[in-house]
Amino acid sequence: MLRYALKRFLSLLISLAVASLVIFVVIEVAPGDPASFMLGLNAQPETLAALRSELGLDQSRPERYIEWVGGMLQGDFGTSYTYRTPVTEMIGDRLWVSVPLALYALFLSVVVAFPAGIYAASRRGRAGDIGVMGATQLGVAVPNFWFAMILVLIFSINLRWFSAGGFVGWDKGLFAGLHALTLPAIALALPQAAILARVMRSALLDVLGEDFMRTARAKGLTARQALWRHGLRNALIPVLTIIGLQFSFLLAGSIIIEQVFYLPGLGRLVFQSISARDLIVVESVVMLLVFSVILVNFLVDLAYAAVDPRLRART
Amino acid sequence: MNRNLILGAALTSVFLLAALISFVWTPYDYAGLDIANKLHSPSLAHPMGTDHFGRDILSMIMVGARTSIAVALVAVGIGMGAGVPLGLWAAARRGSLVDEIIMRGNDLVFAFPAIVIAILITAVFGAGAINAIIAIGIFNIPVFARITRGAALSLWQREFIMAARVAGKSAARISFEHILPNVANLLIVQGTIQFSLGILAEAGLSYVGLGAQPPVPSWGRMLADAQTMVSIAPHMALMPGFAIILTVLGLNLMGDGLRDLLDPRLRVART
Repeated sequence: MLRYALKRFLSLLISLAVASLVIFVVIEVAPGDPASFMLGLNAQPETLAALRSELGLDQSRPERYIEWVGGMLQGDFGTSYTYRTPVTEMIGDRLWVSVPLALYALFLSVVVAFPAGIYAASRRGRAGDIGVMGATQLGVAVPNFWFAMILVLIFSINLRWFSAGGFVGWDKGLFAGLHALTLPAIALALPQAAILARVMRSALLDVLGEDFMRTARAKGLTARQALWRHGLRNALIPVLTIIGLQFSFLLAGSIIIEQVFYLPGLGRLVFQSISARDLIVVESVVMLLVFSVILVNFLVDLAYAAVDPRLRART
Repeated sequence: MNRNLILGAALTSVFLLAALISFVWTPYDYAGLDIANKLHSPSLAHPMGTDHFGRDILSMIMVGARTSIAVALVAVGIGMGAGVPLGLWAAARRGSLVDEIIMRGNDLVFAFPAIVIAILITAVFGAGAINAIIAIGIFNIPVFARITRGAALSLWQREFIMAARVAGKSAARISFEHILPNVANLLIVQGTIQFSLGILAEAGLSYVGLGAQPPVPSWGRMLADAQTMVSIAPHMALMPGFAIILTVLGLNLMGDGLRDLLDPRLRVART
């Protein structure tokens, strides 16, 4: 297990190194000089020169790359040009919205998908199954930001149960914070719940066909007992993988959902930075998102190997 | 005959037709402003109502279908065009350095969700439909590479491939003459699914302003316009939303149906 973990960790490091290089190069190929790109056409030569040295543009590219990566390793993402504040601070503030939102959505998705998937699998081919599967087809087809607008129309504008947007902040209490994130989380969770329910159902159906399930039935367990004691536990392996992968999709998806609800998360930060041409912030947020995907994949692989020893042997 | 396939194909054809017809005819000029008739609810004159500039929503949806379909189709083309050869190559050189590089490269691209690629491209080159195509296209490459490699690996073990090797065919020729036709079904099904995901992605990117720019009509941008109007003119949000949902639903049903039709073995195994 340790050997496997080390090997995966090494490939995690390589992925991060290559990803950071890709991001750096893409930002570097931005047509023209980043400093004049940021300041626009009417920039004074002195301002331009000052910004260039502030951005480290007078250094060579490899030097700049190493400085950028070295800074990030120490938690320093550089200084935002437009806001004049450390990027680390800005991102830190926004993470308090985006990460709870993604986790909340993940929680909702699991809470809905598990019972739905288990129910559909246990009613295979019958009306209940067809109903659940039809609902998931629809769930996958609905754009989450459109669903978010409809939720606002119903629950904020007509029923007035929730505010239509904005975030009160966690200092107003856990409940107020969660209340503000409820509609966004529901919208974000819908397609993921539909996918997860389908995975849950097909994983369970695969397991139900296994020999050990027949053995469980043969030794006298009812279908329900066999499903809960043996079926579910084995079906969980592929389901957990999908859940892990979904977290990164939820984090990326929250970028769009935040726009619907005017939430001050990573998404708004990145769009503001794009229009303000604040490339340092864009670069850092993108790196952070990519890092989270790579990290989650790594953790999922480890969890998978811990549960299923065959995977360790194979590599 | 397969019900999913028929329903899916019917839904998809409606939107394909709408897009095609929009080239020669739309009920109104999709860009024509008519402030006097703004925010009308659906009526006989305007079956889907009008927006805040008095533009006919049905006409905009028809023209918007062009954008959605074009972006998604080209993005699938990019994904297939690059992903399939890479997958074939990796499978032909199984376990080699090339295989390893291609698969690790795939993992790397997987770490960049389409929205992140779009953000990166837009930050550097500015927003536009082309960027959406590139972002979604790049995101599709590892999907096709992975699925092609997986299917090709098992084919390489089969006897008819052995026979081809004994006959002296090169790995490249075997890949394109024997492996590719045998994975084509799988690719068609996956292509349908990626097509529907592409439509959703395009709508999302245009909604946040990273996709099609005015005056090019797009379903995602119509929804962005509708957002501030949703309390006074809900139809502005409902109509483009229904268009997206029905198109994506149609493509997904068609994908399911095609899978059942093209691969009889799965008919039993899946369900």
